[in-house]
Amino acid sequence: MTYRIVHYINQFYAGIGGEDAADHKPELRKGFVGPGMQLEKLFDGEGKVVGTVICGDGYYGEHTDQARVECLEMIKGLQPDILFAGPAFNAGRYGFACGDIAATVGEELNIPAVSAMYPENPGVELYSKKTYIAITSDSARGMAKAIPAMVSIGKKLLKGEKMGPARLEGYIHRGIRKSFFHEKSGAERAVEMLLAKLKGEGFRTEYEMPVFNKIQPAPPVKDLSKATIALVSSGGIVPKGNPDHIRVSSAESFGAYDISELKNMTPDNYESIHGGYDREWANVDPDVVLPLDVMRELEAEGVIGKIHPIFYTTTGTGTAVANAERFGKEIGEELKKAGVDAAILTST
Amino acid sequence: MRLELHKIHITGLAFADKTYTSGGTLFINKDKAEAVIAEDKRFAKVELDLACPGESTRIIPVKDVIEPRVKIGRNSYFPGFFAPMEKAGSGETLVLDGAAVVTCGPIVAFQEGFIDMSGPGAPYTPFSQTFNVVLYVEPVENLEKHLYEAALREAGLKLAVYLAKCSAENEWKADEIQVFEKGNSFEETQKYPDLPKIVYVCMNITQGLLHDTYLYANDLKPALPTLLHPNEVLDGAMVSGNCVSACDKNTTWHHLHNPIVQALYARHGKEINFMGMIPTQESTVMDGKLRAAAMNLSIAQQLGADGAIISEEGYGNPDTDLCLNARFFENAGIKAVLVSDESAGTDGASQSLADATPELDAFISTGNVNEMIEVPAMKKVIGCKEAISLLSGGAEESLRSDGSMFVELQSVIASTAEIGFNKLGCEWI
Repeated sequence: MTYRIVHYINQFYAGIGGEDAADHKPELRKGFVGPGMQLEKLFDGEGKVVGTVICGDGYYGEHTDQARVECLEMIKGLQPDILFAGPAFNAGRYGFACGDIAATVGEELNIPAVSAMYPENPGVELYSKKTYIAITSDSARGMAKAIPAMVSIGKKLLKGEKMGPARLEGYIHRGIRKSFFHEKSGAERAVEMLLAKLKGEGFRTEYEMPVFNKIQPAPPVKDLSKATIALVSSGGIVPKGNPDHIRVSSAESFGAYDISELKNMTPDNYESIHGGYDREWANVDPDVVLPLDVMRELEAEGVIGKIHPIFYTTTGTGTAVANAERFGKEIGEELKKAGVDAAILTST
Repeated sequence: MRLELHKIHITGLAFADKTYTSGGTLFINKDKAEAVIAEDKRFAKVELDLACPGESTRIIPVKDVIEPRVKIGRNSYFPGFFAPMEKAGSGETLVLDGAAVVTCGPIVAFQEGFIDMSGPGAPYTPFSQTFNVVLYVEPVENLEKHLYEAALREAGLKLAVYLAKCSAENEWKADEIQVFEKGNSFEETQKYPDLPKIVYVCMNITQGLLHDTYLYANDLKPALPTLLHPNEVLDGAMVSGNCVSACDKNTTWHHLHNPIVQALYARHGKEINFMGMIPTQESTVMDGKLRAAAMNLSIAQQLGADGAIISEEGYGNPDTDLCLNARFFENAGIKAVLVSDESAGTDGASQSLADATPELDAFISTGNVNEMIEVPAMKKVIGCKEAISLLSGGAEESLRSDGSMFVELQSVIASTAEIGFNKLGCEWI
């Protein structure tokens, strides 16, 4: 079959003009225009540029909602198999337009869309997680390499071929980690990396350290005897039978349960479903993980004001940091709304 | 110290009326072998089964994997377990290379894994390529889990030693003899004064509650970091007692084959001077973590190390130990490469570690434990297929009615082994 290709470019690459023509409204032309010629040529008969959508960078940037709809309608009417947008190199407004239309087409028409930019183009930060962006140099001098890079990714997407790592395929990664089989074992790679590091040669770490959000701790509780204290745990303590199906590991949810009438946790009402430790004793007495019994004593003695009627719980083993962060935010917000002064967090 | 591994290449398994090897096949007297394990009154049921590469067989839930071995002329192995308390790492060892004892049963119910002998799940585990003697046991009623763990750990070792011992007692011939030989650190440094001195820091899960590792049959949890000659590691000094997530536990088989030890050994005297392995702890308390990292560094410094490879076991909490080790070593001027898996979430979009430090600038990835894989039904299941709902990486909905499963990679045993055995690793997409 011959793939139907649509190409999106700006006023400059269409030969309409530079900054003076940046407010050029969306226009549809049959066949290829400008860099589209090379694009079609690289498909070597397998694909044809059925139309080129041209829009001024200023227009797209200043009337984004309108420009997006107009361009999308033109593209949709051509019944394409794939959209290519750009390359935009380091042109910021062009990068924004390419990223936006590529992401929109991918989502709305459910077809592959590929753009191309210099990694520092502002369009990268906005759209690299939403669409494939081939890596280019910072200026049009890199055109000869940019078009083949786009086409190579586009062909793979069209043919449903396995996409390799971003650094090998030449696109800007979308912030996703995926496992691949290397040629050498981890042990061999480790020794080779160490030898390179010792010799002062360049080496490529396989994971760049993430930067954690540092949270400012809340001020200390002034008067514990008047404070409402919440219990929060990642120790997997749930009402017997795990009614909300919290996962035993890699949890993607947390539970909130009413303990206002409860003095003590027993094997009859609560259990641990945690997949990361020997639950035997936690199931004999769930208070060893969620210390409700001693907290009730402290409440009766007046050491603390009262225990918050709802406790929050999940399993903390194999839990992705992104989920853990979300749980923390959501639980924190609920506690704040309820006027809770402090929380005891128990882990296992 | 000189260690000779006399390897019989095993390429087939069969039950027979006696236990021996012939023509690459390990023949096993099923009744007698089962009786050896059933001597332990902690088991209510003992059953052996066989699983060979390429078969449509799933083994679930798996606790540990052990290579059948025995010291030649001594008929014993694993000092402190099924050998007298003695030093490992020298002399001659008979190895049933390619065979493996796989322990299986309703163990602790959550941190075991599965092995598929064929299909899309097979490439993720080395044990789809081994000829597996599967030891399925059930405990007597009311046996506490930590006692059951001990019983099953010992049973696996016992069966592995028994199979090798019976093979040694009958006629056999090694297909290959592998020699590991290296002098003490001072001799080697005199021989290779210009080569960089390298240590390997092997982090082990030592968290208690069924998360333990044994060195010379001693629980490493209350122990301190120490130094081993690489031969000791490759000759049965280390034993897994771990019920940690299946994907990244170092099985006993992995300790015997420690690929980082082997890779460093292969370059010893050529590109590096391999000083030895520091088996160390992953404590659950901060002082324990700091103590282990400080002592790892102290040992490395006293050896004059220039570089270190440091491998993690497990994920989450021990990421902090990993980062401390990286920081301490790098700040002391010892170049470090760290090996770990990643917990990037089922969508791969989460950050991968539970801790981070800028000194950790040389990271080897062994894969995303949360990545989802689909595995079809197998014709035969050894163990209990429903166990997947309780395993780390599994869930209630993992097992479908047609027998196929949609699970996290972490439920496949040794799929992201941080000891660097596999070729798997994460990349950005």
